[in-house]
Amino acid sequence: MSVVTLTVNDELVSAQAGQSLLAVLKELGLEIPTLCHLEGLSERGGCRLCLVEVEGNNKLLPACVTPVQEGMVVTTHSDRLVKYRRMILELLFAERNHVCAVCVMNGRCELQANAASIGMDHVRYDYLSPDLPMDASHDRFVLDHNRCILCTRCVRVCDEIEGAHVWDVMGRGVNSRIIADLNQPWGTSTSCTNCGKCVQVCPTGALHARGATVAEMEKQHDFLRWILDGREKKQWEHNR
Amino acid sequence: MSRTITIDPVTRIEGHAKITIYLDNDGQVEDARFHVTEFRGFEKFCEGRSFWEMPGITARICGICPVSHLLASSKAGDAILGVRIPPTAEKLRRLMNWGQLVQSHALSFFHLSAPDLLLGMESDPAQRNIAGLIAKYPDIARNGIRLRRFGQEIIRILGGQSVHPAWTVPGGVREPLSNDHRNQIKRMLPEAFDIIGLALDLFKEAAEDLQEEAQVYGNFPSLYMGLVTPDGGLEHYDGVLRVVDSGGKVLEAGFPPERYRDIIGEAVEPWSYLKFPYYKPYAYGGPSYYKMGMYRVGPLARVNICDRAGTPKADEELRAFRQLSPKDKPVASSFYYHYARLIEILFSLEKIAETVEDPTITNARVRSHADVNQLVGVGVSEAPRGTLFHEYHVNEDGILQKVNLIIATGQNNLAMNRTVQQIARQYIRNGEITEGVLNRIEHGIRTYDPCLSCSTHAVGQMPMHVTVIAADGTVVSERTRG
Repeated sequence: MSVVTLTVNDELVSAQAGQSLLAVLKELGLEIPTLCHLEGLSERGGCRLCLVEVEGNNKLLPACVTPVQEGMVVTTHSDRLVKYRRMILELLFAERNHVCAVCVMNGRCELQANAASIGMDHVRYDYLSPDLPMDASHDRFVLDHNRCILCTRCVRVCDEIEGAHVWDVMGRGVNSRIIADLNQPWGTSTSCTNCGKCVQVCPTGALHARGATVAEMEKQHDFLRWILDGREKKQWEHNR
Repeated sequence: MSRTITIDPVTRIEGHAKITIYLDNDGQVEDARFHVTEFRGFEKFCEGRSFWEMPGITARICGICPVSHLLASSKAGDAILGVRIPPTAEKLRRLMNWGQLVQSHALSFFHLSAPDLLLGMESDPAQRNIAGLIAKYPDIARNGIRLRRFGQEIIRILGGQSVHPAWTVPGGVREPLSNDHRNQIKRMLPEAFDIIGLALDLFKEAAEDLQEEAQVYGNFPSLYMGLVTPDGGLEHYDGVLRVVDSGGKVLEAGFPPERYRDIIGEAVEPWSYLKFPYYKPYAYGGPSYYKMGMYRVGPLARVNICDRAGTPKADEELRAFRQLSPKDKPVASSFYYHYARLIEILFSLEKIAETVEDPTITNARVRSHADVNQLVGVGVSEAPRGTLFHEYHVNEDGILQKVNLIIATGQNNLAMNRTVQQIARQYIRNGEITEGVLNRIEHGIRTYDPCLSCSTHAVGQMPMHVTVIAADGTVVSERTRG
């Protein structure tokens, strides 16, 4: 595999051709905020938090879906980037009803952690406060649309790893909604295998275990690596 | 010329309120009203959420007594699950509730009311607050802070944080008590006992000089309601409802709390956001006669209705309390809410001391697991300010369809209005109003320690705006303090 050389934050870096820019930045140990990205799932480029500046390009590029190229000059942290990342987070908070204090994921939520690390202490936009339901029809899990950021990790893990494809996205823009099967209560879904992968990969409290109370939900992502190593490398040893 | 006097906001209470006093043409008090000017809306916006979340959500109703809401909400959740929680979980919930009684009552007595009781009802308003108390009686103020801290520490030890701990849940509690933590509570107890002894002496000394106030600060016949143990002892977590009239006659001896709607109605007035709960059987002529069903809840009601406290020191103090009223009648003056509060602190400390010695208190089994088994759940507990009702209606998935909350302070609404009228009539003569008189009226409200929201204004430095309005609506005079 050929090697490319690029410049990241004024330092020369080599990477393998075909790698995503985000993978290279993470290898370098740089802290790049992400929400829709999850190791082991296909990239979507939806949340835009991993935006970086690439010289010669007026637009900011999402690192997760940008392949590395020879001679690329990348900046990962600048006032402009922080401004936009913060704006994205504020818009996510304004779009639905994220009430951290009473959320099952309080203290372990990826959205909350990103907001805290970027120093987002308030939201400058009007809250939309949409009237959204909770779907608690499933025996084991609950879907709370109020906390959903439409990252589609649940859609991807169900399709790509479990192979059931229970989840989809309905509607457009701000009206988009995660749906089970043909937009029916999750508990009535005939394709759901009750595996809970979607719950484990969800970055917020949108999907959680039934009966979980405030700040009680813990999620594990490492099963993804285990399954993929098993499938791809036939390594079934799992060291939790 | 008739006039209207407004006290807005009322200070050193928890929440936002104002008082309006209406004077007739001769300058005598015609009417007085206590308005609650804030609206919270919890009953409505909780609809559509899951009952599992309710302890966490409803705890946010109040920053002073979140534990009361946690408990009532968890108990309503227990009822929806249809489970009996493990015995250790119940003991731990009780332990946290006693911790909360201590901290809340200490806050009311030392931080909010002691400035009036010790510095004088009509003393300089610039000093008449916790800061003034610290300046003049540093030891007393420090004791108050220490005692409150004791209660807060118990809540923190059990729940992980002192405000809004999400520790009690439908089915029990989340974490058991460790042996280290039990010993930590034990070590803190002696100092708390010392402080409450001093506070009782302090109150009795102050009360001797405040006999006139004791006669008019909410001194009127009313009903009293609260929980008691099945054998009539003082109770704060479970038990049965008891209603006693002003003559000491027991109207409801052991009413099942979950059927509270059969005896409690809620009236609404256009001038206040706070509803007016009333005792239904006394509103003979129908809901419009709701004022006939006025009852008081909280510390005064609880010590009035119980046969005994059930702990030695508190029972001794209760006997002294009973001397305030002849022939076994309930003590009628709301001024003695202060006294009742101190008795309850003493009781709580004794119960905490007893509970931490219980060998089963550190058992690890503290949570029962189940799913929705009942579609309606009622949870009732005694908050520091009185009986608290949470009623949830859920669908088969546990999603809330309807929520009814009856908060302790609301049940004292009729009595608080009556108290404001009584004090205004006593101290406002011929339309003469001094700052001290206005403070007396505010203190009448403070005796109930009303908790109007989760906001606290412990240091009484919010400006008070008084407007005197003539019958034709023109402003005659205006005064601002603070």
